[in-house]
Amino acid sequence: MTFNPKKNYEQTRKKAGYVPRKKATPKTYSDIGFMSGLEVHQQLDTREKLFCHCPSGIFHASDDYDAELKRHMRPTLSELGEYDGTALMEFKTRKEIFYRIKNDSACTYEVDDTPPFPMNREALGVALEISLLSKLNVVGEVHITRKQYLDGSIPTGFQRTAILGVEGELSLPHKRIRLIQLSIEEDSCREISDIGHIRVYKTDRLGMPLIETVTYPDCETPEEVKQTCDYIRFLNRSTGKVRTGMGAGRQDVNVSCRGGSRVEIKGVAHTKWIPELTHNEAFRQWSLLLMKDMLLKKIKNPDEWKIGYEELPAHVLHNVNLPEHAEQLMAVNLPGFKGALSWFTQPGQMFADELAGRLKVIACIEHPNMLHSEELKPAVPEEQWQEIAQLLDGGTDDAQLVITGPSEDIKTALETVEERCQMALKGIPNETRKSFEDGTTVFERVLPGADRMYPDTDSAPIPLDDDYIQSLKKNLPEDIIDRYEQLKTWEVPEDTYTYIFSKNYFPIIKQIVTELNTDPKFTGVFFGHDLKFAEGHFKGADVLYGTKLFKLFKFLKEENLHPELAKRMLPHILSHPKMDFASVLNEMNFKRISKEEILPKIAILNHKFKMGKDKIIDKDRINWVMGQLRPQAVGNIGLTELSKEVKNRS
Amino acid sequence: MTDDIFQGYKGDALDVLKKYKVRVWGQAKVETTRGTFEGTVLPRAENDDDQHIVVKIITGYNIGIDIRTITDMKETGYKKANYKIPEKQFPVTPGLPKVKLFGTGGTIASRLDYRTGAVIPAFSPGELYGAVPELADICNLETEKVFAVFSENMGPKQYIALAKAIGKEIENGIDGIVVGHGTDTLHHTGAALTFMCQNLPVPVVLVGSQRSSDRPSSDAALNLMHAMKAAGQSDIAEVMVCMFGPTSDEYGLLHKGTRVRKMHSSYRSTFRTIGDTPLARINRKEIMPIKKKYNKRRNDRNVKILPYFSDEVTMLYYYPGMKPDTLDAMVDAGYKGIIFVGTGLGHVNKELYPAIERAQAKGVHMFMTLQTIWGYVHMFVYDTGRDMMAKGIIPAGNMLPEVAWVKLSWILGQTSDPKKVKEMMLTPINDEITLREPYNGYLVYQGGVPDVDEFVRKVYK
Repeated sequence: MTFNPKKNYEQTRKKAGYVPRKKATPKTYSDIGFMSGLEVHQQLDTREKLFCHCPSGIFHASDDYDAELKRHMRPTLSELGEYDGTALMEFKTRKEIFYRIKNDSACTYEVDDTPPFPMNREALGVALEISLLSKLNVVGEVHITRKQYLDGSIPTGFQRTAILGVEGELSLPHKRIRLIQLSIEEDSCREISDIGHIRVYKTDRLGMPLIETVTYPDCETPEEVKQTCDYIRFLNRSTGKVRTGMGAGRQDVNVSCRGGSRVEIKGVAHTKWIPELTHNEAFRQWSLLLMKDMLLKKIKNPDEWKIGYEELPAHVLHNVNLPEHAEQLMAVNLPGFKGALSWFTQPGQMFADELAGRLKVIACIEHPNMLHSEELKPAVPEEQWQEIAQLLDGGTDDAQLVITGPSEDIKTALETVEERCQMALKGIPNETRKSFEDGTTVFERVLPGADRMYPDTDSAPIPLDDDYIQSLKKNLPEDIIDRYEQLKTWEVPEDTYTYIFSKNYFPIIKQIVTELNTDPKFTGVFFGHDLKFAEGHFKGADVLYGTKLFKLFKFLKEENLHPELAKRMLPHILSHPKMDFASVLNEMNFKRISKEEILPKIAILNHKFKMGKDKIIDKDRINWVMGQLRPQAVGNIGLTELSKEVKNRS
Repeated sequence: MTDDIFQGYKGDALDVLKKYKVRVWGQAKVETTRGTFEGTVLPRAENDDDQHIVVKIITGYNIGIDIRTITDMKETGYKKANYKIPEKQFPVTPGLPKVKLFGTGGTIASRLDYRTGAVIPAFSPGELYGAVPELADICNLETEKVFAVFSENMGPKQYIALAKAIGKEIENGIDGIVVGHGTDTLHHTGAALTFMCQNLPVPVVLVGSQRSSDRPSSDAALNLMHAMKAAGQSDIAEVMVCMFGPTSDEYGLLHKGTRVRKMHSSYRSTFRTIGDTPLARINRKEIMPIKKKYNKRRNDRNVKILPYFSDEVTMLYYYPGMKPDTLDAMVDAGYKGIIFVGTGLGHVNKELYPAIERAQAKGVHMFMTLQTIWGYVHMFVYDTGRDMMAKGIIPAGNMLPEVAWVKLSWILGQTSDPKKVKEMMLTPINDEITLREPYNGYLVYQGGVPDVDEFVRKVYK
């Protein structure tokens, strides 16, 4: 009986109970013990960076730079005298890190040749406002901490970060989500490339002020995670003092299933990707736990489990297309792992991909970096695997793989494979994973712990006295949940809320409603539907500020025109952003007609409609007459009022 | 003295800790008007205020709690951090050179000091090996802590102690010496050791770091590797400073102790040879000579240790409009030697003349050096220069001001005979005065100039 990897993959997927997200129900998630929390990052809209006086928010193309420099990162001890796990892994990878600097956006601080300047107080103020809105316990003194990052994303090797508040709470419409903490920190470099042992970054974004809101793992379904994330983003935006646009808000999503481990999906740029990512991650863990059970039935001494390996002479794989970097071929025997390599992990991925992912990151061997005995589309024929298994003294229950890479990386590669397989016998390794648009993830780094924190000896603590906190409290916007309830009371349809909150249009809607007495439902829909539609269809719509829209409604009121006209004016305003409102009306050929002139037309139109018809359905009549009148009526008479008149004058 | 269990706390904050019976390293639950905080109470830096208590929360971050907001506090546990750089036995490899590392403090290897909130040095072959295992491939290392002071506290006493220690090690047959040193006055020490340790048979390499070793991007590890390699394997038997060439992790430079100067407060590539080229470039693989002539390594042990230093030498940094009383004050205070740091080619204003005459009458030894750092003193070009020479100020060629101060102090520690002092000052021991300035001895490029910007884009600065 030959082993069929494809069948195994399908069977293990079924065994895990994997269903596509659309078919999943809350029970699907409670069955596997889905648990998730968030770390939401938000750039603050300040003029300067957090610890130096470089301008914030100036970005460059990757090949546009004034100088380049090279660094290596070396792990150091934490304050409590421990080495951090990630630090040691990153050190193993021996990366040469290059930084590209542009004088317009970076100074000697960014590249760690100048100590930090005092923290940007504008940024601190905004971050504290958000802390207060998040109902956090605000600290008495801000201590700047160094958080180690040995991946090179920050040239110092650590991020300067400080806790502003702990233990907060968000009231979502249907649930309370607890917050662990909120910190202010400097943003990291943007990666340009990461190939082999060379990683290249640019330093434009580096040092921009950022806050991170961390929740408890209180979310029980993927949808809830997205809702929570949206809420936090809306709350941040409600201050009007944060950046928007590509990369201004990013989140790390922590996921686990029952018996699994906290895995962090890094840098998710869009909240709409969250449900698929968290769904898949929870099932990846669930399936790997089942694999563990399978393996432990076969492997009696998991603590002593070891790989066997043997270098392959080049001729063994002469008929296989190998990548250029395959200087050395190292055959590895995985005792007892038959059926594990093709074990389902995520849609389109299996356990072998976990190994390949780590080989790329830790041993720096580019894909393809291995061949294995359970490939769905085998590159190496079955007989050859038997040959390799023989060479390795492999038994019938074992699986084999061949690492193909540069000789200097083979040693690390063997350690990496052994380590990951040993982890598979214990459970789910804590790690950070990179996300893809299709909802799958790959290994990125070992998840760092609290051991990578170190007090920043270059900065003094900043006291936050009560007077200062009180003065900030005076200028806070209302809670998102209160705004939500207000929109509901106004009968504004719920499908508009996301857009209104994400663009922070609520304050302007409120101003229009209260100061100009405009119908709240109409105003909400105008922003949530019409403006959203217009923004998607007219160039330059994104520069339309709320204040201009307030002026538009004010203009209509002063001109004694009905607010409904605003809808029709919108495309013209967007096409001609410099034109004043009166000219826009001219451009539209808008004609003022009084109510007294319009209403008599109903009788004439009724007559026209009835001509030649035996049977008159009144609904059709109203619709037709309204259709005839609408173009001239909009702005001159409210359409609800007109409709009533048409109805009454049958 | 406060009790150790309240490390660093004073005044009101100390009272609060005592009141609620919470110790440093105690795990505490703190109730405040701003909510509840939980974590481990950490020591407080001595210079910080007495209104806050520092706590490490569970996520590893530190926060401060304002004592005025505290309503209750409870110690729920106790866990003292055991901060220790992992020590591993430094392996001995037959065939590798034997190198001695003298520790003087500084940031080569360091850890956190709660007293000041800054870093303190940590140091032993085992600790160093734990932090930089690559050192074992370069040499067999021994270490000795001569004293522990920060760079700015290095002075005559330390120069003398170091020179003697170096002499003893050489007699004992060491292959090379490395001195770990804070960077601020690294070049002063470089000059002092050049004068005190003459006819060296082995390299003496001074090294520091601009970014302390408690950070991942520190230059300490690479500097240390370069220095050990230079000490153990190079054939340059001189006192040298070994620090980063560019700010990148690319290569180090070996500078002569008498021609090197710290030129930037924080850059990694802060040390520069002035008015000449460095001795050599060094990376982990090779030592690449730049200068053709230097003192070669020898097998004999005939080093001459001249551990002298007078503390009666001072410096006068001239500024326009300086009044004679500044100079008078120095002379009245009893200083026997004065290094002038003059403008341009070596000038001070006429107003100082009477004071200079008074100093000369008292037998004060006066030498002229330059604020321009680069170039030679030329006192024949203008009348003022000739006037000053007539009043006893001796031009010190292109000796760097700090080096001139070190050298005159060293000389006055041995003699006060004016003729002898002058002769010794102007006879170079190791290029503190050079006869020629090479064209590439002065390179201070101007950023913004297109050609320079193009160069900067391509070359590690």
